[in-house]
Amino acid sequence: MTLQFVGPDIPSAEDLANCIHCGFCLPSCPTYVATGQELESPRGRLHLISGIREGRIAATPRALEHLDLCLQCRACETACPSAVPYGRIMEDARASIMANPAAAQPRGWSLRAFALRHVLAHPARLRLALAAGRLYSRSGAQSLVRGHLGRLLPARLRRLESATPALTDAPFRSTGVLASPAQRRERVGMLLGCIHGELYPRMHEATVTALAHVDAEVVAPPEQVCCGALHTHAGDAETARALARRNIAAFEAAEVDAVIVNAAGCGAAMKEYGRLLRHDPNWRGRAERFASKVRDALEYVAGQDFGHDLGAVDRTVTLQDACHLAHAQRIREAPRAILGAIPGVAFTEMRHPDRCCGSAGIYSVVQAEMSAQVLETKMDAIAATGAGTVCTANPGCTLQIESGARRHEVAADVRHVIEVLAESIAAGRAPVGD
Amino acid sequence: MATGSPGTLVRDLQGALGAAHVLHLPEDLIVYEYDATIERALPDVVVFPATTAEVAACVRIALDHDVPVVPRGSGTGLSGGAVPVRGGVLVVLTRMNRILEVDATDRVAVVQPGVINLALQEAAAPLGLTYAPDPSSQRVCTIGGNIANNSGGPHTLAHGSTVNHVLALEVVLPDARVVRLGSRVPDAPGVDLRGLLVGSEGTLGIVTEATLRLVRQQPAVRTLLAIFESVEDASNAVSETIRRGVIPVAMEMLDQEIIRIVEPRIRAGYPMDAGAALLIEVEGVAEGVALDAAVVEAACHAAGAREVRSAEEASERERLWEGRKAAIGAIGAAAPAFYLLDGVVPRTKLPEVMAQVMELSRAAGFRCANVFHAGDGNLHPNIMFDPAEPRATERVLELGEAIMRVCVDAGGAITGEHGVGLEKRSYMEWVFTPADLAAQHAVRDAFGSTDRFNPCKVLPGGHGCASGHMKEISPHLVEGAYV
Repeated sequence: MTLQFVGPDIPSAEDLANCIHCGFCLPSCPTYVATGQELESPRGRLHLISGIREGRIAATPRALEHLDLCLQCRACETACPSAVPYGRIMEDARASIMANPAAAQPRGWSLRAFALRHVLAHPARLRLALAAGRLYSRSGAQSLVRGHLGRLLPARLRRLESATPALTDAPFRSTGVLASPAQRRERVGMLLGCIHGELYPRMHEATVTALAHVDAEVVAPPEQVCCGALHTHAGDAETARALARRNIAAFEAAEVDAVIVNAAGCGAAMKEYGRLLRHDPNWRGRAERFASKVRDALEYVAGQDFGHDLGAVDRTVTLQDACHLAHAQRIREAPRAILGAIPGVAFTEMRHPDRCCGSAGIYSVVQAEMSAQVLETKMDAIAATGAGTVCTANPGCTLQIESGARRHEVAADVRHVIEVLAESIAAGRAPVGD
Repeated sequence: MATGSPGTLVRDLQGALGAAHVLHLPEDLIVYEYDATIERALPDVVVFPATTAEVAACVRIALDHDVPVVPRGSGTGLSGGAVPVRGGVLVVLTRMNRILEVDATDRVAVVQPGVINLALQEAAAPLGLTYAPDPSSQRVCTIGGNIANNSGGPHTLAHGSTVNHVLALEVVLPDARVVRLGSRVPDAPGVDLRGLLVGSEGTLGIVTEATLRLVRQQPAVRTLLAIFESVEDASNAVSETIRRGVIPVAMEMLDQEIIRIVEPRIRAGYPMDAGAALLIEVEGVAEGVALDAAVVEAACHAAGAREVRSAEEASERERLWEGRKAAIGAIGAAAPAFYLLDGVVPRTKLPEVMAQVMELSRAAGFRCANVFHAGDGNLHPNIMFDPAEPRATERVLELGEAIMRVCVDAGGAITGEHGVGLEKRSYMEWVFTPADLAAQHAVRDAFGSTDRFNPCKVLPGGHGCASGHMKEISPHLVEGAYV
């Protein structure tokens, strides 16, 4: 059965026509840099998509592999002088493959979509899986495997194991009003995400602290769900749309002035809810209004008066720009402004801070080899700075760099920028001894 | 000469390079049918050799199968030079990307052809040296491609184009022999074949190693932005500056149309209401730079500049250059399609030639944006159009031809730096006599490359080639393609 692009999301000719084939995107693309092949470059992938769209080539498994090897980091959008909306073209292309009858879809793609649909979108199932992980970490089995026992595992399993985080903290599952500062300036809603609060509860706690510090009342609507970013990236536009509708309704009911997201990938997707629901006349307007209220947590805090009452934090820091913050949301200054304002922080830029770390959502699992190759380059850049702390703005990057630090023996503590700010806020509150 | 089926060609190449470095399926070949122009043609097979011996093996196999050979770097060429119009073996040199040596004492670098231009500059910088030719695509274009096209760039004005920076070459000839041309020390005895190879656009051989001249990074640099009411005033400022005895390292012109396209996207710092701007750079020791900058400023004011700004900070300077380097690409966002021209005229003729270019564009009903190396008199008109409109592509090609004719009539030539490639073969007859062209053909024959090494490029005629006239090419353009 031959595959073609079908359904409502077929990449548009206008989007594709913006590409003038200048090739300026090539050196910004991690997979082109790793392979030197046009097939693994943004320009090449756009040409493949055009070729499939025009029927010049078939959507063979081999052609789709090249689309699949794309990290969707969108660094090419930053490099592109012609403003080609590469991210959405790739999302549309994947959605238009996944709109084929199930039997015709590439097996790997449909399996992945199935897993995303039936796990991430269902908190109870996700929690069950994570409970097992927590047991693994807390029982001591994880430290055994990471010790001598690990040598008995095959390389692929060992790599997968090293990518799993240590789940030792209690998950963050609080909803309702999370902070109500005395000088309430605004009321903001916070996205908890599907997996974020389970893996990194400390990032959510820090975000609440930072938002309260800038006099925002913080609520987490209990009806909220996964943002759908991973579904969009994997081509499951229908599940993404269903999740978007539920989130829009949940945050509308909470009557918030802004929707705060501390995961760059989620924030980028939610800022694009208007486009995601463009074909739905009942929801398009609501989606656009919702999208206009979405702010990355760092973007929001940096725009407020956050510099008061900060205490010293003794850290040497480098920053990994989250791709979906720097390239998709075009936010580069906010994390640097925040780190720069914290007393005691010594900041060093790494080489190519805005090049992907290879996490890219579930990419590190489905394209483990390329992900590891991209990560290796990143770990070299981090090690060269000598920084003791690597700051990020996305849980996926944190997970990936933590795993890279273990694998490449780089002694670095990986923290969301907002955590370092929260530490500084806490230090500012502590009574000063003499 | 044995002629085998494509299947045996692929098998032979796989045998020489390993299957991983040979592409031959339709869905793989399609991304090697283009460079940065409108031209499209599919190769029969794409190979990625890693060594000189592997390049020679590929050439030998292509010779045995009697199929064309076309070299390719990053595919950023602007004349169709890397498009395999008659199919054959496309030799992609991106794996040969090692900088073999940077020698500060001899001031030379030895590199493989797939090295990115900017990577060489970055490697030379810590030694206080630089590689001078800096095409706008330097972040991605390869040294091999620069040599093939004798590429220039903004800094060509002071330092000369690529040919002035190539000392020696290792080349795989069309008969698969490997030869070394030129030498590491200057003035190699004998016939200067090195000079012949530079700018031959892959028609005489494949460069597999290059020994390049590095120049000293000047201790001081000053970047100025001069704002004018018109292109004519700005053009006069170029001549006036040089007449006053100062040759800046770069003098780049941006007209009103291009400023209005670039500035909102790149935020380079160009005033949106300027009629034209000159981006000027002077280099040297600090005292000399200050003197030169004063002369440039005075010349600009004498020519009617409204304002001359000096970039104080490195970041400001980088923004000004960023706008220039991204300018051509930014046109892609402003118009459904555009046709980038490359011509050269004596710089004293700039005011009248530019006036004619604008008049011809207006008469033909097209917007035309100009960003170019004014110091060299190297024009780059960009004609914007919508290919969906009736006869648009054809009319644009006619306009391009008329503009090229203006350049030639003004005593100029049909390419300043992008090369002749496929695009301008038919115009060669405007600038060369039949005897001139016969001499060039004879060189090609002497190298044994006629009709097989990058066929249908540079010279008009050739077995199995169309005339190369753009009107012939236009019906084959894929729908939605830009020009």
